[in-house]
Amino acid sequence: MPPALSATEAVTRSVVMAEGLVRAFSGRRAVDNVTFSLDAGECLALFGPNGAGKTTLLRLLAGLLSPTSGSCSIGGTVLRSGSTARGQVGLVSHASMLYAPLTALENVEFTARMYGLRDPRAAARAALHTMRVLDRADTPVRSLSRGLQQRVSIARAIVHAPQLLLCDEPYTGLDDVGSGALTAALTERREAGAALLLVTHNLSEGLALATHAAIMRRGKFVRFESRADVHASSYALEYRELAAADA
Amino acid sequence: MPERNPPGMLHATWLVARKDLAIEFRTRTAFFSALLFALLGLTIFYFAWDPTAVAAIDLAPGVLWVIFVFSGLLGLQRSFSVEQADRAIDALLAAPVDREAIYLGKALANFLFVAAVQAISLPALALFYNLPVSQAFLPIAGIAVLAAIGIVSVGTMFSSMAVNTRLAELLLPMLALPFFIPIVMAAAVSTSRLLAGRPVADVMPWLRILVAFDLVFVVACTLAFPYTLEE
Repeated sequence: MPPALSATEAVTRSVVMAEGLVRAFSGRRAVDNVTFSLDAGECLALFGPNGAGKTTLLRLLAGLLSPTSGSCSIGGTVLRSGSTARGQVGLVSHASMLYAPLTALENVEFTARMYGLRDPRAAARAALHTMRVLDRADTPVRSLSRGLQQRVSIARAIVHAPQLLLCDEPYTGLDDVGSGALTAALTERREAGAALLLVTHNLSEGLALATHAAIMRRGKFVRFESRADVHASSYALEYRELAAADA
Repeated sequence: MPERNPPGMLHATWLVARKDLAIEFRTRTAFFSALLFALLGLTIFYFAWDPTAVAAIDLAPGVLWVIFVFSGLLGLQRSFSVEQADRAIDALLAAPVDREAIYLGKALANFLFVAAVQAISLPALALFYNLPVSQAFLPIAGIAVLAAIGIVSVGTMFSSMAVNTRLAELLLPMLALPFFIPIVMAAAVSTSRLLAGRPVADVMPWLRILVAFDLVFVVACTLAFPYTLEE
């Protein structure tokens, strides 16, 4: 049996640790007392019906929202204590978070500069290459298709090799080539010791990469377990029942 | 993991400003709109002006500052709307830089935008109204710079607040214009006196008001900006 870790050791080892995280909007709790942690190389697939609080949770973990109560630390640093912890996080969202008039390379290079990478242009080109969109590097984002914009957006999120990668429906709009590139990039990040949090409605897509799975409903984690304990068919059934109950 | 050295406040400020200027340079929509507005405004005021009733030297300063303020608002409006389009603001806020640097970068880009419009509008005004600007050019340029700093410091802050509302185009002028009154008053009176051939010492009290306004609002808006981003 492994020796029990002290709270400090657990925080240090965890890439992300959320404790009693609550976020309320006008009194309604969008995220309600969520506690979990992910170590290096772990991937949590997070499922839940619309309005369950998944996107709010991701925005809390990215430092875009401050919690009403509770705390979140990235690599042992409390997220709200400064900008350092934010530098360890990458975020792929519903929106592309790109500047349409700028080229794909300019967008990713700008991010690389904001994260202080030593050779931002080379890092941006490498990220675009990873997402198989380097051949469109000099094309303004507004001229790219939705799928290619999504690839550039993912390149922007991974350019600084984040220790925690938060992905909100990242496969949306991607074709087979883009999906393959994304899966390879996520796998590569995991193998490099990053933790992933993957929000999706597609169970097979989410469970394929996951080491842990969770179902969120009305702001709470109603299931959280290791991937090994998840039986896809019963899990799918339960998820559908939960989604239908909220419809 | 790639080697990292997150940018400090000044470097991040410059990165944000350069990005905004690159976007404006690529689209040129706000600059040309503001410039066109300024030149059309000058033209309309010129044809509505009765030189036998009001001397050019009395009318021109008011025209100049009304045009500067409203053309500046066009640029300020765009400052945060480019961030809102595809939620690029989220990527900016998630970056490991101080949020004050985002404000200062936006304000710097807006300042250069307003200054560029002023640099073209001021000679145009002198041409339209046949003003003797040559002897007072440097002091007037100095007033323009001080006024531009005040306008962009307040305007950038309110632009970030207004952009999330449905009536952003209406709300920004409504929020910002009351704060612009001391700037316009000080700048218009100073310009008028300088054009009348009065010495710079004669307008020093008004210049002090401009400097004080700039200092107070640059500091206050920089400190307050991070709180305007809270949801």
